[in-house]
Amino acid sequence: MSEVYVNGYFIGEHDKPLELVKALIEKRRTNKLPETMNVAYHDDKDEVQINVDSGRVRRPLVVVKDGKSLLTAEMDDKLKNDEMSWDEIFKNHIVEYLDAEEEENAYIAVSRDEITKEHTHMELDSSLILGVAASVLVFPEKNRGDRLNYGSRMAVQSIGIPLQNFLLRDDTTYNVLVYPQVPIVKTDSMDAVGLETHPSGHNLVIAVSTFYGYNVEDALIINKASLDRGLGRSVAFRSFVTDFRRYWGGQEDSVCIPDASVKGYRSEEDYEHLDEQGIVEIESKVPVGGVLVGKISPLRFLGISKEIKMGLQNYRDNSLTVSNGNQGTVEKVVLTSDAEGNKILSVVVRDTKTPEVGDKMATRHGQKGVIGLVVPEEDLPFTADGIVPDVVVNPHAMPSRMTVGQLLEIVAGKVGALAGKRINGTVFRGKEEDIRTSLKYLGFRDDGKEALYNGVTGEKMEVPILTGITYYYRLYHLVSKKIHARSKGPVALMTKQPTEGRSKEGGLRLGEMEKDCFIAHGAPITLRERFGSDKVSIPVCKDCGVVAIDDHIKNKKYCPLCKNESIVNIEMAYAFKLMLDELKSLLIYPQIIPENS
Amino acid sequence: MFEVNCGVIIMDESVVQDVLGLYEENIDKLDISAKEKGALKKSLKDKYRDMYYDYGDAIGVIAAQSISEPATQTTLRSYHRAAGIGLNITQGLPRILEIFDARKAPVTPAMKIYLKKEFNTKIKAINIASSIKETNLKHIMVLDSLDLGNMTVEVELDKKLIDKLSIAPDKIVSAVKRKIKNLNGTIDGNKIIFEMNKDKVTVKDLQTLRFKLREVHVKGIKGITHCIVEKTGDDFVLYTLGSNLGKVSKIEGIDISRMVSNNIFEIADTVGIEAARTTIVSEITETLRAQGVDTDVRHLLLVADTMTQSGDIQAIGRYGLSGSKSSVLARANFEETIKHLVEAAVAGISDELNGIVENVMIGKTARVGTGLVEVAMKTQTSAKVDENNKK
Repeated sequence: MSEVYVNGYFIGEHDKPLELVKALIEKRRTNKLPETMNVAYHDDKDEVQINVDSGRVRRPLVVVKDGKSLLTAEMDDKLKNDEMSWDEIFKNHIVEYLDAEEEENAYIAVSRDEITKEHTHMELDSSLILGVAASVLVFPEKNRGDRLNYGSRMAVQSIGIPLQNFLLRDDTTYNVLVYPQVPIVKTDSMDAVGLETHPSGHNLVIAVSTFYGYNVEDALIINKASLDRGLGRSVAFRSFVTDFRRYWGGQEDSVCIPDASVKGYRSEEDYEHLDEQGIVEIESKVPVGGVLVGKISPLRFLGISKEIKMGLQNYRDNSLTVSNGNQGTVEKVVLTSDAEGNKILSVVVRDTKTPEVGDKMATRHGQKGVIGLVVPEEDLPFTADGIVPDVVVNPHAMPSRMTVGQLLEIVAGKVGALAGKRINGTVFRGKEEDIRTSLKYLGFRDDGKEALYNGVTGEKMEVPILTGITYYYRLYHLVSKKIHARSKGPVALMTKQPTEGRSKEGGLRLGEMEKDCFIAHGAPITLRERFGSDKVSIPVCKDCGVVAIDDHIKNKKYCPLCKNESIVNIEMAYAFKLMLDELKSLLIYPQIIPENS
Repeated sequence: MFEVNCGVIIMDESVVQDVLGLYEENIDKLDISAKEKGALKKSLKDKYRDMYYDYGDAIGVIAAQSISEPATQTTLRSYHRAAGIGLNITQGLPRILEIFDARKAPVTPAMKIYLKKEFNTKIKAINIASSIKETNLKHIMVLDSLDLGNMTVEVELDKKLIDKLSIAPDKIVSAVKRKIKNLNGTIDGNKIIFEMNKDKVTVKDLQTLRFKLREVHVKGIKGITHCIVEKTGDDFVLYTLGSNLGKVSKIEGIDISRMVSNNIFEIADTVGIEAARTTIVSEITETLRAQGVDTDVRHLLLVADTMTQSGDIQAIGRYGLSGSKSSVLARANFEETIKHLVEAAVAGISDELNGIVENVMIGKTARVGTGLVEVAMKTQTSAKVDENNKK
């Protein structure tokens, strides 16, 4: 007896679950049950699940009966010629919607010619076996599966035009590609996804060749002239937000150009972009540390001195400044308010990012790389027609990854550019033979290879080199937002150790395992030096081993417990001193026993 | 072999001679002049001495890194791997962790048993295998059912299987009686009918009896769930899943000298700590090699030595070696910081700061490598002071 559930609720049992499912589906197809009903039999749990509730994701499939698709070839033609409507097909139960559960029971053929007696359904189109992200990849059937995975993952990171109202918005960060191109080699689903209206890449002339070692390890050589023409140029927007609060006692934050008497006043240069209101002027170029909004807030503490400060002296500078690595031009200033009615000022800073050495680019085949060298056009190889590649990719990127689709896209792109037409690279649709013959017809070698001439010497290269056109994404991993180094710099207040993170100009941690390497090399002195960033000299009482007091005014050191003056200075990590203090706060009395005492 | 000299273990000269002796024999055979032979021997000896670890080398850290770095590469590869003969034995990183953590019993204990010469035939090997493999009543029965009319449990035996394993039905009855008290068993052809010696027998009693009967041990060695015979070379080798060195070694026909188990604790108990040490080394070497990692044995020897130096097996970790470090700070630095600090505070323990981590913590030079050396130098002034003092 198998259990039967409707919308997840147990309603009864049935002897022959498969026949029940079959009968229910038959009733649905004869309009005796609603079309929205889906049934599934789970043989592992021996239960029938009937679902008619909302919220199930369903997809259309062509019904197959006795090894024949109900959607015939004639119907295909009729649909194309608008002689038949979708509604008609749907109402006649030629196409039905299955939910995820019923789909588990279905045996779905990908195309009409592979239907067998066992099949229950057929895909409307063979490309529908792919999801949204994978369906924008061209020639996916010619690549290894993992490459498609990488390819669709990186398409998500590409810079394009994500929103068309970006000029009106003030999101924290967003990147916009300056002159996006529609790919020459396209897929059918791009129209449906909307990539034809807001594409996110460029068609680049590619040459698959080495280049003096500057494109090893997947690096890319980029043509300087192409960059000047706008290849991969993007604009990075970043907004800086500040809010104006009210404090008790009637004090509040206010916008102004801070007066020099305000606590924490910056230099005059920092305020130079502000207008008389204290807000930055639009289209002014702001450097790192430059003030975007002049803002003063009341002092948090009144200070040690008991005198009551009056007027501006009672305020501190709390201006909104440009953080590290975000310099640019002020795009716009937005003034609004939050739910409590506090004033909010948001300043959007824009910066044009031309591709530079270290920026990341990728194709639709998971072939990613970092720009390794920007080369003047005259030094790059050229073809007999005078075509100079935009990118030069190392041939080692191909064999181990087996991205045959990439090679085919290069050739197909070449055909498309030469013939002035778009090439269809949808799954199972593109035919290598067709592409080859059309390239031959256009007067080129059918494998896309061409003789190249060395740009420096003008000599013909010994081997023909694959050149063509491929679609490149510029990914939002820009070096200018990642580059980081430090020699000396800020330290954390509590531990006296260097700060962490790029935004705080922090150090790169020498961690536990790195420490072990120094020890394994037998270099503890080097290790001590590297860990010496928080080195301090602490006066310690020789008798009781507690940290002593160093009184600068009386110019003497004495122990707070035994009051004597037998003190030694001991050098130690400040973090260790901190730990001793924390132990003391836990009523543990750690003593330092100096040697020879 | 070793002598302790000022706290430093120095290798005995005789060991050097032993090793070089092997090479010297070959050098003597060479067709070169006596002078050249002497020079060759000397440079060989020098070379050998160069290969020593230097005084102060952090050999523990080097061993740890030499094992763990390649181990990270193997992590992503298979967790379990069929060991060729159909038995799934834990492999890869889980197995290595199992050994270093000194878990009392491996997830998949296994044995490899060789036979004595006179027992090295297929039939005898299969016989021995069947006497090793654990057989419970449930393995040899077709059906067990409750007879609610007579309030008995009927067990129908697999005739073919008992013949094959040569188990007499009356032996089964006696085995059951030994295990379950107050029970009568009568043999009725293929069936054995069990009756409880009790006034009121309920259905619940019969049910519990039925499940108890299934687990009654009839033949073989407990814990050995599988035993497979495999021919490797000229030998018939028994591979088992489950390990029991003590009992297996008592079975006739087994070559005890070549019997191998992967249960290190069992080896330590039955054979001794030296054997356990050797097993630690060989087990790690084999699991690493199976993953394509070639680590120098000397690193593993060091680990195995430290794990077994106390006479029983100590884990590498919180409850083992790392937990038994003498320094409070070093222990607090590793795991269970609070526990160690509190214990030290209560007992008033002082830390001599002799180890490495302690010194790294407080920012002093650790006493390893170049940090071990201190130079005491007589400057001109100090020499003068000394002279003055003498006067």
